[in-house]
Amino acid sequence: MTINELNEIRKSKSDLIKVRRIIASEAEKLAEKTGYRKQVLVCGGTGCQSSGSKKVLAALEDELKAQGIEDEILVVRTGCFGLCSLGPIMIVYPEGVFYAQATPEGVRRVVKEHLKEGNICKDLLYKETVHEDGSIISLAETNFYKKQRRIALRNCGVIDPENIEEYIGTHGYEALHKVLTSMSQDDVIKEVLDSGIRGRGGAGFPTGKKWMFAKASQNDVKYVACNADEGDPGAFMDRSILEGDPHAIIEAMAIAAYAIGAHQGFVYVRAEYPVAVHRLSVALDQARERGLLGKDIFGTGFDFDIEIRLGAGAFVCGEETALMTSIEGHRGEPRPRPPFPAVKGLFGKPTVLNNVETLANIAQIIRKGAAWYASMGTETSKGTKVFALGGKITNVGLVEVPMGTTLREVVEEIGGGIPNGKKFKAAQTGGPSGGCIPAKYIDTPIDYEHLVALGSMMGSGGLIVMDEDTCMVDISKFYLEFTVDESCGKCTPCRVGTKRLLQILEKITSGKGEMEDIDKLEELATHMKSSSLCALGQSAPNPVLSTLKSFRDEYEAHIKDKKCPAGVCKSLLSYEIVADKCKGCTLCARNCPVKAINGTVKQPHVIDQSKCIKCGVCMSNCKFNAIIKK
Amino acid sequence: MSEKTLNEFKGTAEQEAALKDVIAKHHDQPGGLMPVLQEAQGIYGYLPLEVQQMVADGLGVSLSEVYGVATFYSQFSLTPKGKHQISVCLGTACYVKGSDKILEAVENQLGIKSGECTPDGLFSIDSCRCVGACGLAPVMTIGEEVYGKLVPDQVKKILDSYRTEGGAAE
Repeated sequence: MTINELNEIRKSKSDLIKVRRIIASEAEKLAEKTGYRKQVLVCGGTGCQSSGSKKVLAALEDELKAQGIEDEILVVRTGCFGLCSLGPIMIVYPEGVFYAQATPEGVRRVVKEHLKEGNICKDLLYKETVHEDGSIISLAETNFYKKQRRIALRNCGVIDPENIEEYIGTHGYEALHKVLTSMSQDDVIKEVLDSGIRGRGGAGFPTGKKWMFAKASQNDVKYVACNADEGDPGAFMDRSILEGDPHAIIEAMAIAAYAIGAHQGFVYVRAEYPVAVHRLSVALDQARERGLLGKDIFGTGFDFDIEIRLGAGAFVCGEETALMTSIEGHRGEPRPRPPFPAVKGLFGKPTVLNNVETLANIAQIIRKGAAWYASMGTETSKGTKVFALGGKITNVGLVEVPMGTTLREVVEEIGGGIPNGKKFKAAQTGGPSGGCIPAKYIDTPIDYEHLVALGSMMGSGGLIVMDEDTCMVDISKFYLEFTVDESCGKCTPCRVGTKRLLQILEKITSGKGEMEDIDKLEELATHMKSSSLCALGQSAPNPVLSTLKSFRDEYEAHIKDKKCPAGVCKSLLSYEIVADKCKGCTLCARNCPVKAINGTVKQPHVIDQSKCIKCGVCMSNCKFNAIIKK
Repeated sequence: MSEKTLNEFKGTAEQEAALKDVIAKHHDQPGGLMPVLQEAQGIYGYLPLEVQQMVADGLGVSLSEVYGVATFYSQFSLTPKGKHQISVCLGTACYVKGSDKILEAVENQLGIKSGECTPDGLFSIDSCRCVGACGLAPVMTIGEEVYGKLVPDQVKKILDSYRTEGGAAE
């Protein structure tokens, strides 16, 4: 492919994509020029597919044909829009109106009433976008989107990820052309270095420095690898980027390869992400067909290709040395550093390993310049960060905000707060390697340094919101169960330490804890941090340490009072029937799986504590709120 | 070995031929053992010792190396799985929304524990760490089908739909 061919494709597609990005009044004029009266975007991300977007898409295409307007309306299956809890999501341009929780029946109505007759189906829209006076706002004006700044996610939910021409329509592969034709290797590295971007996988090492070290290593063979082994439970930004904009990753890897002098790349992606793997394979084939991968790219003599390697479900393989051992076909065990991968990495060759989200920023840094990127964020953390908002929050989904945005803005404004009138208790970041940020620090700006200072870490960007019903000791135990499962067993501090931490936590949550157990937890945690081989073991105690720091009173309540304040730890709670409220309807007794509830009709019932398994079925069935948890 | 007597290896000639093709395809690829095991599990449904031995012979590596890799990664199973593989997500987002209760309901319904297979071979249960559908938490998957926003009471109905029709529930 030549630059002229690339420009031709871009010109033919750019108006079509612009309609999806600009405000409705301008988009309407532009839409006339594109040949399509309207465009319907349906989310094909994993979240929406799981809630039935495939059926919605099928109904849409079917009804368009039935109404005879299939040639006037362009249907695009995109990647993730971010608002996963409202899926399946469908957006109609040029109006930019947002249909949430779409159903096949609803879609048939939209086709007839909105797309054919021009009357928007207001009752099917996301309710936040319809004002009381009946006026409609676009998706971009909602609280969820307003404060976001989408850089890494800019094409997710906008383009068809399986159509390379749509990516080219957003200036795709122009950065690669610019790099190959007008920049030296050092120019590229300097640009990335000056942008200030740091690794988005967790540790936050400056990306430009990684590239600089790898370029400085002398070797005939070097590799570029992309870490898409997104193992933190609750984090799904890498998956969404691969599903929504796979070409951005391919282009960035090619740029990295040119900068360090590599000709082969690997993407190590979780086998649990079949949609992402499929979209990436399609994108790789399309890039090869157009000569954007392979030999002599853009006629510059630069060769580069990428191979996909599937992970097999080992969390430790997200650690860079373990990931490389796994690509080499072995047990994915980490090894000591130095030597660092930039010197001796994959197959013993100098290797650059970058995270998916990091790579998603690279092409734009090259195209728009380091100064543009560095203008966003804080002093030490530049650019934006994608967070996967999950847990007890209204708007579950993917958000991208400038570094330095406060936790309050993310949770309360973008996230829409905590559902069911509950109180915000803590936010967990960094997954099993991170910690919990208590409610009192809700105004902390989110960047690498502030999170570490609070005993947590940025991690890959999972942000799990917890309310008053979450027990912090139980959460620590949950993460330790995870690290015990996932410790690879190579070094003793991690293998034995995680197990011992878990045993102590189990002792505490079962009501057998003693006060000196807290000291033991702290001592053991400190030793593990200093003596484990890799980041998994070094950071495994973080959930314990951070909850001990902010929620020590909860640990003490479990130990001294033998109570779980949040009412989660089964051994420490009991269900009781309040005699005054019980009407004797027998519903609880009939539903109890172990027949632990006794009583006669119309008389207050009693729970036999020796039989009760504390499943809570009685409480959820009681219509008179007569059952309490103590 | 007790494992062996419980699950007698019943590989067919077609499966063996398919495995040989896979081995030939990846024979010269650096780090080819993982893709071979992944495809072998696709052919047989699991990785019994007999299959591991064939992979070891085919790639010219020791059985202990193959066994080491096969037992390291949670994706690989040394025992057969059920016809319908149930996987309950115990990732953080699902966990704080009560997925442990979903797992408990599935275990109670089927009378087996996570990691086991029902005696009739119809269901097996596993827990997994995040399928990335956190917006639908709590989530479980049966085969390729994803069930989201679950409450424990729904579990029986979903499982019954597989018992009667052997197909996915609506």
